[in-house]
Amino acid sequence: MPGKLKVKIVAGRHLPVMDRASDLTDAFVEVKFGNTTFKTDVYHKSLNPQWNSEWFKFEVDDEDLQDEPLQITVLDHDTYSANDAIGKVYIDIDPLLYSEAATVISGWFPIYDTIHGIRGEINVVVKVDLFNDLNRFRQSSCGVKFFCTTSIPKCYRAVIIHGFVEELVVNEDPEYQWIDRIRTPRASNEARQRLISLMSGELQRKIGLKVLEMRGNAVVGYLQCFDLEGESGLVVRAIGTACTLDKLSSTAAFLPACNSPSKEMKEIPFNEDPNPNTHSSGPSTPLKNQTYSFSPSKSYSRQSSSSDTDLSLTPKTGMGSGSAGKEGGPFKALLRQQTQSALEQREFPFFTLTAFPPGFLVHVGGVVSARSVKLLDRIHNPAFVGIMGNTRSYKLLDWNSFNSDEPETRDAWWAEIRQEIKSHAKALGCHAVVGYSESTSICEEVCILSASGTAAVLNPRFLQDGTVEGCLEQRLSWQPGFFSIGSEKGEVDFFPQSQDSSSLLGLEENLPAGCGFCHIPYDELNMPFPAHLTYCYSCRKQKVPDVLFTTIDLPADATVIGKGCLIQARLCRLKKKAQAEANATAISNLLPFMEYEVHTQLMNKLKLKGMNALFGLRIQITVGENMLMGLASATGVYLTALPTPGGIQIAGKTPNDGSYEQHISHMQKKINDTIAKNKELYEINPPEIPEEIIGSPIPEPRQRSRLLRSQSESSDEVIELDLSHGKKDAFVLEIDDTDAMEDVHSLLTDVPPPSGFYSCNTEIMPGINNWTSEIQMFTSVRVSRLSNINLTNQTLNKNFNDLCENLLKSLYFKLRSMIPCCLCHVNFTVSLPEDELIQVTVTAVAITFDKHQAVQTTKTQVEKSSQRASIDNEELLQFPLELCTDTLASHPFSSAKEHLESTSSNSGIPAAQRATSIDYSSFADRCNSWIELIKLKAQTIRRGSIKTTMPVEKASPLTEGHFRQRSAPACANSTVGVVKMTPLSFIPGAKITKYLGIINMFFIRETTSLREEGGVSGFLHAFIAEVFAMVRAHVAALGGNAVVSYIMKQCVFMENPNKNQAQCLINVSGDAVIFVRESELEIISTQQPIASCQPACSGGEIAT
Amino acid sequence: MTNELDIFVGNTTLIDEDVYRLWLDGYSVSDAVGLRVRSGILEQTGATAGVLQSDTMDHYRTFHMLERLLHTPPKLLHQLVFQIPPSRQALLIERYYAFDEAFVREVLGKKLSKGTKKDLDNISAKTGVTLKSCRRQFDNFKRVFKVVEEMRGSLAGNIQQHFLLSDRLARDYAAVVFFANNRFETGKKKLQYLTFGDLAFCAELMIQNWTPGAVADSQLDDMDVDLDKEFLQDLKELKVLVADKDLLDLHKSLVCTALRGKLSVFAEMEANFKNLSRGLVNIASKLTHTKDVRDLFVDLVEKFIEPCRSDRWPLNDVRLFLNQYSASVHSLDGFRHQTLWDRYMVTLRSCLLRMYHD
Repeated sequence: MPGKLKVKIVAGRHLPVMDRASDLTDAFVEVKFGNTTFKTDVYHKSLNPQWNSEWFKFEVDDEDLQDEPLQITVLDHDTYSANDAIGKVYIDIDPLLYSEAATVISGWFPIYDTIHGIRGEINVVVKVDLFNDLNRFRQSSCGVKFFCTTSIPKCYRAVIIHGFVEELVVNEDPEYQWIDRIRTPRASNEARQRLISLMSGELQRKIGLKVLEMRGNAVVGYLQCFDLEGESGLVVRAIGTACTLDKLSSTAAFLPACNSPSKEMKEIPFNEDPNPNTHSSGPSTPLKNQTYSFSPSKSYSRQSSSSDTDLSLTPKTGMGSGSAGKEGGPFKALLRQQTQSALEQREFPFFTLTAFPPGFLVHVGGVVSARSVKLLDRIHNPAFVGIMGNTRSYKLLDWNSFNSDEPETRDAWWAEIRQEIKSHAKALGCHAVVGYSESTSICEEVCILSASGTAAVLNPRFLQDGTVEGCLEQRLSWQPGFFSIGSEKGEVDFFPQSQDSSSLLGLEENLPAGCGFCHIPYDELNMPFPAHLTYCYSCRKQKVPDVLFTTIDLPADATVIGKGCLIQARLCRLKKKAQAEANATAISNLLPFMEYEVHTQLMNKLKLKGMNALFGLRIQITVGENMLMGLASATGVYLTALPTPGGIQIAGKTPNDGSYEQHISHMQKKINDTIAKNKELYEINPPEIPEEIIGSPIPEPRQRSRLLRSQSESSDEVIELDLSHGKKDAFVLEIDDTDAMEDVHSLLTDVPPPSGFYSCNTEIMPGINNWTSEIQMFTSVRVSRLSNINLTNQTLNKNFNDLCENLLKSLYFKLRSMIPCCLCHVNFTVSLPEDELIQVTVTAVAITFDKHQAVQTTKTQVEKSSQRASIDNEELLQFPLELCTDTLASHPFSSAKEHLESTSSNSGIPAAQRATSIDYSSFADRCNSWIELIKLKAQTIRRGSIKTTMPVEKASPLTEGHFRQRSAPACANSTVGVVKMTPLSFIPGAKITKYLGIINMFFIRETTSLREEGGVSGFLHAFIAEVFAMVRAHVAALGGNAVVSYIMKQCVFMENPNKNQAQCLINVSGDAVIFVRESELEIISTQQPIASCQPACSGGEIAT
Repeated sequence: MTNELDIFVGNTTLIDEDVYRLWLDGYSVSDAVGLRVRSGILEQTGATAGVLQSDTMDHYRTFHMLERLLHTPPKLLHQLVFQIPPSRQALLIERYYAFDEAFVREVLGKKLSKGTKKDLDNISAKTGVTLKSCRRQFDNFKRVFKVVEEMRGSLAGNIQQHFLLSDRLARDYAAVVFFANNRFETGKKKLQYLTFGDLAFCAELMIQNWTPGAVADSQLDDMDVDLDKEFLQDLKELKVLVADKDLLDLHKSLVCTALRGKLSVFAEMEANFKNLSRGLVNIASKLTHTKDVRDLFVDLVEKFIEPCRSDRWPLNDVRLFLNQYSASVHSLDGFRHQTLWDRYMVTLRSCLLRMYHD
């Protein structure tokens, strides 16, 4: 009985008129938590009631505290008939459960009704008294902090990054319950809202338990999603990265607390494990395995899950260790093996983070992704097959008992996909996946599950440097012992590299590798796919691919030339309407073609921009009744470490036709012009590097590359996409068929943003670092109806392309007053709500920047980058054995190969011809890591899935992005009550001083008077504005003044204009924070905090 | 391919001042797009007509949603749905409550009733202000009127407090309310030359001096909307100034002596003195009748301004005359209502001077 929840209802305002006779309202409030309800007195005849209630006290378990939302209902008292509900407020009290976050929730909350929207506001105060809970058998995970931010939160330091945590909860959707036929839409919506609130509470608690078992104290990059599967239920699933975080004291925010890592580690030794093994359901599990304990309700056992892992497609010793011998000295090989084996021990060495502490990321292999098509109507528990025919009776069942096995079906699906991802990463010589995310697309009973991430090698040096710390030996010594126990899920920690040790080694935090992450992690001789490699253009020592695709943010230490830009590939494919399996087969047959097309488009557009790397790549495949949509967004940049990209060459197959030739050359000229123009626009002017610097021949930057559209292999049951087209040499974009013609056109029709605008889908825009403080977050939604006559792939593509382009144009126009500005974190979501409807939702933030400073900084950056290259060289030499040996090993061979190439390229063949003659490994060098496995699999019911932990310690202090150090001009002293919202993890020109907790809200809005509310646009506009308002109100009540890492995860819109009805579901999340303007921070630090200075920030100071 | 739904929602609500003006002016979306195209915005920004259409629609929708809040501006300040910086909130309110000179001259002094509202299409046709805009302005007048009608305290102050208007605009609304409440006739042809500014000026003076609130000791009943009944009753006493022949002659001689040689129209003044004085005093004494109150401005023009104008009095001469005319009464021994006279004449003198132009 460890908590007392106290609630006080203060007042209401702007209430709606409930009594037509008096034009007034007799309002009272019901406060409900769990099964306990309190009521206030009725405040008669007022639209602004002052209840000033007593403190309502709920004595509850902390488990309930985590699961249940506080439910406040405002009603109008009616003496003769039933009381009318005015609206409700759900308050998630989770932020009150961890010590560092908010201490009180107090403020005005909009009173929300799912039919009428916001109807006035209510002032509420909520407090929680938590008793110290020493109960070892507890099911709650109070105290675990959750962050949506996909990097280490700004005022924390990561002590250990443990690794992947995931969980999912399944329930029946109230909308599809039998009772829905007799209850009002309002009751149904409220049941749904409440259920989802409960489920996300439960999910968060369960994830929290897993984190505690890993001895972490936080989840970073927490992403929770809903799958509305209709008849078959409602799935809430979440993934995240478990971490042990240390709060940085606000004064010495950037200085590492040197002694804390060791202190943290003391808590780690296993014999102090607080979890008794009575709770781990696997009976024979040895004592040491109790790190994994399940909630009793879960039926799956540990044994089954370990057998699960044996399904792993790859051997325990990955190719990395095998290749290590070739690559370098034995020491390095050993290290690699250690890291790798350590990582391999966990089932899924995945990280949902997209930005990392410096030095964490060693090499990036490329994007790995997997998709799987599933049928939803087959997931029911076999035990109930008998009654499955009669859905009615099945719905009468208590879902709790009925669904108990369902999560495992979904778990198995995801486990399958994750295994694929893991094996792809292995094939790339990588032992980890970063920037990992999962998504679904559901249409009727077909569901596409997708997962993607970036294969990466994480720093083995951390392990090595850790030896400086005394505890290392101890660690190493128990490691093997631990594994011998037989657990597949080891609690292996990377060792912290403390500030001292790193400085001992001469590693300064601001001297990053710069190019290291570009170097290939896989073995050159044993490449998983044909790729073209060159020596790194920065360090000249390691091999790099010529194009790099990743799902992560641009590392802070990466050197780029010029600015980045948003690159999108858009694609539609028609599909025949079909049922069940036939439908699923049709979809899975289409998927590889779509992936291929999307990739080709991305490649072409990247080349057209004169860039060589993509960051933040997100490919969304959406399934509809009669079509599939693919939308890929990424931020293109020019990495100095990678070679200059070649151009695009067009060729036709019928060269005899004179006019045709002319046409081709005209197109070619247009393409070349566009490339030149883009280079100018994005300031891509790579310095000419004289060959003498390297001393070894490098291939002359290629003039052209060709793309060939080849007919893909026929689809087998398992289709492996070979985007390199085997060994066919392909360089030329052939425009024989109209399809390709259209491609070329679409390449050229993508108009660049108007001058003064930049856009990207990553956190920050590469090449801009002088943000000013003005930000504007927005959501824009468009639904387009396709004319249903003669729909072809081409017209569809064009329509979709126009839709996206016009949307972007509209955004640029709307935000023109902010110029110069950059649209950051542009997040497109496509859905197909009905046959002929395409819905595109965009959320992004526009940030202004200082143009004049920009010019200077880009200059210095270029200078820096050239300096850096040389520094890197020196620095790299200081790593004994590691990198040098690498170079030695690979150098002789590759230089020979390159010598060959350079001779061929210098042999006097005209450039145009040479383009066709040189044997570059064509496509694959670009796709780099583009391995796609798309499967249609029969349902395999796997029981339970075990998630592994991956602790990685790091002790480097938080280095903020360089842009943050720039003090923003002291403008816009924020007025009280303003709450900023941004999808980014930071606020330009300001410092986040405190994280108040996660905001995770789900709303349903329905109307039966669509026309009266201004049609679909009016309805949705008002609803989204209301959602923003409710998010802001909750943040303000927590004492915060901003939401960072804000994301609208779902916006499901359904309409029925004939019935004058519409319904919309929105799910949003983010981190509530307190920020202080940098300019104000200076004032505060020099003077005493003045009372008048922004209440929110001074409140924060007191609270800490 | 048509966009069924097309919305943009910012965390901070975007307000485009130009579009707001078009919306306030009552243009339809397509008219507004046309006007924006003509303003050359497409060339400046490189946008397409489609973009402009979508943008305009979006702003219009936003304004439509805001309109409900603008009806009670304090709600706009406290509401949580639209995050708008305070300066923008002020701009929204101020512009929403701003009115057209042409429109207000048509409505000023009319009863703010349904009947008048039905007349709005005529007014729209006459003034060139769109019907939509006329309705908004009319509804604004009516709304403000209803809220402050029964309120105590300063009229302009009340308006400012309840509608968060600027000082200037609140005083204009005070005039509108005052005129509407007292139903002063302003629409006659001979009054057409008067601007809203002239009338608002007069209204302000009357509110200051002729309402119950103007009297220091009547704080308890500080009503600014109605004229002070007692005062109007008392004004009958002034009749003696023209009824008593001796008093009238004495008054005339005092004024003439003082002004001899100072006026360019001295002869005309001397000839007309009795007529003018009779006019001014009769206006005062008749103000007990509602009908005569309504005709106050007509009477002022007919009885004083037109005679002076026909004799081509320069403004300065009018000022000298009126000053002397009111001051000389203090030297009339037989006259006991000096305070009353001042309360009447100080206001009237300023009004007449303001109204004395072509």
